[in-house]
Amino acid sequence: MAEKMKGRGKNKLERNDRLVRLALLVVAFSAVSILLVITVFIIEQGTPIMFKYGLKSFLAGGDWYPSEKVFGLWPMIVGSLYVTLGAMVLGVPFGLACAIVLTEFSSKRVRRVIKPVVELLAGIPSVVYGFMGVVILVPFIRETLGGPGLSVLAASIILGIMILPTIISISVDSLQAVPPSYREGSIALGATKWQTVKMVLLPAARSGIVASIILGMGRAIGETMAVIMIAGNAASVPRSVLDPVRTLTSNIALEMGYAAGEHRQALFATGVILFFIIMVLNTVANVTASRMKGTKR
Amino acid sequence: MTRLTFARIFLALCIVFFPDCRGGRSQTDLTLAGSTSIQPFADKWAEVFMKKHPGLGVNVQGGGSSTGIQACKSGACQIGMSSRELKGDEKDLFEIVVARDGLAIIVHPANPVRGAKLAEVKQIFSGDLRSWKYLGGPDRPITVVTREEGSGTRGAFQELVMGKTRIFRGAITEDSNGTVREIVAQDPYAVGFISLGLVNEQVRSLDLDSAAGNEENIRNGRYKLVRPFLFVSLGEPTGLAKEFVDFVLSAEGQALVKKEGLLPIK
Repeated sequence: MAEKMKGRGKNKLERNDRLVRLALLVVAFSAVSILLVITVFIIEQGTPIMFKYGLKSFLAGGDWYPSEKVFGLWPMIVGSLYVTLGAMVLGVPFGLACAIVLTEFSSKRVRRVIKPVVELLAGIPSVVYGFMGVVILVPFIRETLGGPGLSVLAASIILGIMILPTIISISVDSLQAVPPSYREGSIALGATKWQTVKMVLLPAARSGIVASIILGMGRAIGETMAVIMIAGNAASVPRSVLDPVRTLTSNIALEMGYAAGEHRQALFATGVILFFIIMVLNTVANVTASRMKGTKR
Repeated sequence: MTRLTFARIFLALCIVFFPDCRGGRSQTDLTLAGSTSIQPFADKWAEVFMKKHPGLGVNVQGGGSSTGIQACKSGACQIGMSSRELKGDEKDLFEIVVARDGLAIIVHPANPVRGAKLAEVKQIFSGDLRSWKYLGGPDRPITVVTREEGSGTRGAFQELVMGKTRIFRGAITEDSNGTVREIVAQDPYAVGFISLGLVNEQVRSLDLDSAAGNEENIRNGRYKLVRPFLFVSLGEPTGLAKEFVDFVLSAEGQALVKKEGLLPIK
């Protein structure tokens, strides 16, 4: 009888186990299915209009006048790339320098203070960055460099700051993951600390650093609120860093409220292109990240 | 037992005296949606209307002229609000002019330029006229600020000033009257357009064809930039919607409009 009870209890446990496994599987798949739903929805809403007006005029057209049924996304595609590139130029050297200082040239105590503070930067809402940009940076650029102030430069600077936490924390992690024997070997060969960093550590941590830069890039290209506030949103290809610029994300957010009919579909098409760019970036990031794992011992 | 009875009595009292208890906190009997330019004024009308008819809920939503028109067509709201003229197949809808609004061309208060011809405004926004010196100001490039595509204010400006000419694509684009005003208030060489009722001390409105943007000049037709604020509905409004429209058009409703900086219909 006691054995029978035990058997029943075991069965019950097994059943519970199976139930829990099933529940977790459902939860895990819900994330996948949400992505699937979003992808299908965006593509279904956005692609018909792209083919209706021709892919070439959609991607390479320089004029965006939806009320006249003229949908050219070229200025926004270029705008997104310019702003992202600008953010990289400003953010990557700073971020990388900061990561090197934190791992190699500072004491543990300094690191323990600075790293959480840097990561806290990521927690500041983007609208606050945008607001700071409008109130401080934009008037500064207008008064010292000319132009309207709302510009590629302003957006690049703010985005450059916003991607710092991503670049710094992942770069620090990958620099720290370099085996101590590399460092010791280099020093033993008579290299200075800077030579060690330059010739041994950076190459060893290369793929992690590349992944951090690509993730930062993803953040920069996807940022919307801060960019709308400081980029000026002119739908034309900027001729200098002081000209206003409109990115793909701002194009959607800016006009979403009033868009109807084909205008609305064109905004979905903007989303399709953005989705495509971000997918490419993410894939590149994943590939380099897995390569990083491969080099680690 | 006694507690239960008390609860029942309380519930009954609630139902009798507070009709809101029945359908959640506040019920909606009439929904308006559309132009964000009209929304603040519609909120005022709704507020006073609800005070006069306790127990009725009037819900005012934004979304923009085009969205409001679509929502009205699909039956998602009884009244759509549009700050531009109806076009194309939207003309099937029943429209009522509930107020009129002037458009102001605004500049920084420190800008020496006091006025412009309408034709010059058109050239500024088409990108043909790029320096303030042609208008008697300093030789500095003009920062042109416009609204985004689809905005009712932009639609009205396009129709009243630009005609078939495009607003040039290098113009800075913002998505509300407020941000346009904010940018013009910051930049001494900027120019933009907003609803006349929203001009404040941060910016200055230009005289157009030597007529200042005030009620008198609009009434006698010397100030040309005037647009209608429309209520649209599927067929002539009935029931509560009709009551609300009648209130808006009444002397009291129109007085509210005037107090808030718009122009009454007559």
